Amino acid sequence: MLYRESGQYKTNYADDQAIFPLKQDRWLMAIALVVAFVVIPLTSSEYMLQAVIIPFLIFALAAIGLNLLAGYCGQISLGTGGFMAVGAYAAYKLATSFPDLNMIVVFLLSGVVAAFVGIMFGIPSLRIKGFYLAVATLAAQFFLQWLFNKVAWFYNYNPSGTITAPPREMFGFMITGPAATAEARYMITLVVVVVLALVAKNLTRGHIGRSWMAIRDMDIAAEIIGIRPLHAKLSAFAISSFYCGVAGALFVFTWLGSVETEAFAITVSFQVLFMVIIGGLGSILGSFIGAAFITAVPILLTNAPQFFGFNMPIDLQKHFEVMIFGVLIIFFVIVEPHGLARLWQIAKEKLRLWPFPY
Amino acid sequence: MTETRNIGDTLLKVDNISLSFGGVKAITGVSLEIREREICAIIGPNGAGKTSMLNVINGFYHPQEGTITFGGEVRRKMRPHLAAQGGIARTFQNVALFTGMSTLDNIMTGRNLKMKRNFLWQAINIGPARKEELEHREFVERIIDFLEIEAIRKTPVGRLPYGLQKRVELGRALAAEPKLLLLDEPMAGMNVEEKEDMCRFILDTNDEFGTTIGLIEHDMGVVMDLSDHVVVLDHGEKIADGVPDVVRADQNVIDAYLGVAHE
Repeated sequence: MLYRESGQYKTNYADDQAIFPLKQDRWLMAIALVVAFVVIPLTSSEYMLQAVIIPFLIFALAAIGLNLLAGYCGQISLGTGGFMAVGAYAAYKLATSFPDLNMIVVFLLSGVVAAFVGIMFGIPSLRIKGFYLAVATLAAQFFLQWLFNKVAWFYNYNPSGTITAPPREMFGFMITGPAATAEARYMITLVVVVVLALVAKNLTRGHIGRSWMAIRDMDIAAEIIGIRPLHAKLSAFAISSFYCGVAGALFVFTWLGSVETEAFAITVSFQVLFMVIIGGLGSILGSFIGAAFITAVPILLTNAPQFFGFNMPIDLQKHFEVMIFGVLIIFFVIVEPHGLARLWQIAKEKLRLWPFPY
Repeated sequence: MTETRNIGDTLLKVDNISLSFGGVKAITGVSLEIREREICAIIGPNGAGKTSMLNVINGFYHPQEGTITFGGEVRRKMRPHLAAQGGIARTFQNVALFTGMSTLDNIMTGRNLKMKRNFLWQAINIGPARKEELEHREFVERIIDFLEIEAIRKTPVGRLPYGLQKRVELGRALAAEPKLLLLDEPMAGMNVEEKEDMCRFILDTNDEFGTTIGLIEHDMGVVMDLSDHVVVLDHGEKIADGVPDVVRADQNVIDAYLGVAHE
């Protein structure tokens, strides 16, 4: 009843191609933005921001990156962690070498560096597909992690082998480093993620997005139309890695503050891949839903027993958490193999007719 | 009907093409010409090398011998994107649509080559990129109108019935405003009404846009009615070439289709 498109006539193509053609969607989006920009910073605790919301945003960004590649262009990658590491180390090198550089520029440039590395590791995709490509990108993951571990130049010969975000300020607020408040770090992350998510949405709606999807759905027909697989695949690798790179930079600068290469291990690649699969391949919204699911559910499960008044040993609780989490993943993949975004799609279609069955 | 339309000069000339896969000879020394604004049918029994011929023209297969002349340019072998840029569009025997995308997006993809704005404009989606997108949308809507598929504009093509999918595929090929449109069995598996619709679209395309059409089809009624010129292949060789009535009476063609009694 509430979610209806009837009566919303479009009289020109510009309206029909708007990013949110429905009034209800525009309202929902506006509410979400108000919540994100006003309500959350005012009401959330330091713990909530640091442990839940900032990692959610950063992983959502990485998931968008992987979704552009795997969901839109159909190229499976297990190198996400590696590309995030490239972004993180590039940001670290840039920030320490050029202390006056604006942090936003640092984040964007580290994304660009990651994009170039992504193109290099995307070259095999021109010859191989599917699982074989996944294995080839696995090479990127292991090689990059090894590189950042072995070559001391990348961590400025720091004896501990870690990289630490140097303190930087913007608009008079500390946004990175130990003195930065969680709110400031949250806001900077939020702005980057929101802008890049919008950019991703625009790209997927334009002719570049269509050429990716064409390659994904039927590469031979795409070639006949004049789409060059080389351009389409490598641009997908580049832009996907750009997103992963920026996510990696934020990972260090606005979330953890200090990391070593272990933080970008293969488990991160898998985590982001799960987010994309659970959230929905080929959906920007799905990337957010998947990231929320994977980052928030474990925390909910951790807190659930106390909430219901159960007291159990901490190790038992941890094991339960892993078990329930695994079961939930299997459940969702069986119930809706197209991801949670698809459930939302179905709900919207049902709402259109509700309360009538058809 | 041939008299009323002004058929022009040679648009595509395939000269002495031979194609083999290892020891299997798919095409041996075939030459054919398609002239501007005509409808040329390529027919032949299964395995005659018809689709291989289209793949050669498109640049999917690279022939071992022979040349392809398209729009005045002589090539040893085509490349798919060069063929597309030159104005060759095509549909496939088994529908090859982008199943995850809507009808509209599928046809819009057909115009990809004509969309030039780079990704930075795309990313912010204002100004030139937006204007470009809307201009192409308008063109695509004309095709949607022409093919009478307005109602399924926003439906993912994977959900459409076969007949409509074939129509969308034709739309995608038309979106590129091709000079030469190659149709690989556009009427396979259709019922009579659908065939009639498809014939109407093909004739209208040829008539209104002056598109040259190369057609592979097994329905002889359709082939004889539509085409100006028929090329018959059998076992990778050309056995007849001419106007429909002549080809129909050709003894070699009858033998190829019905078989010959062995002594």
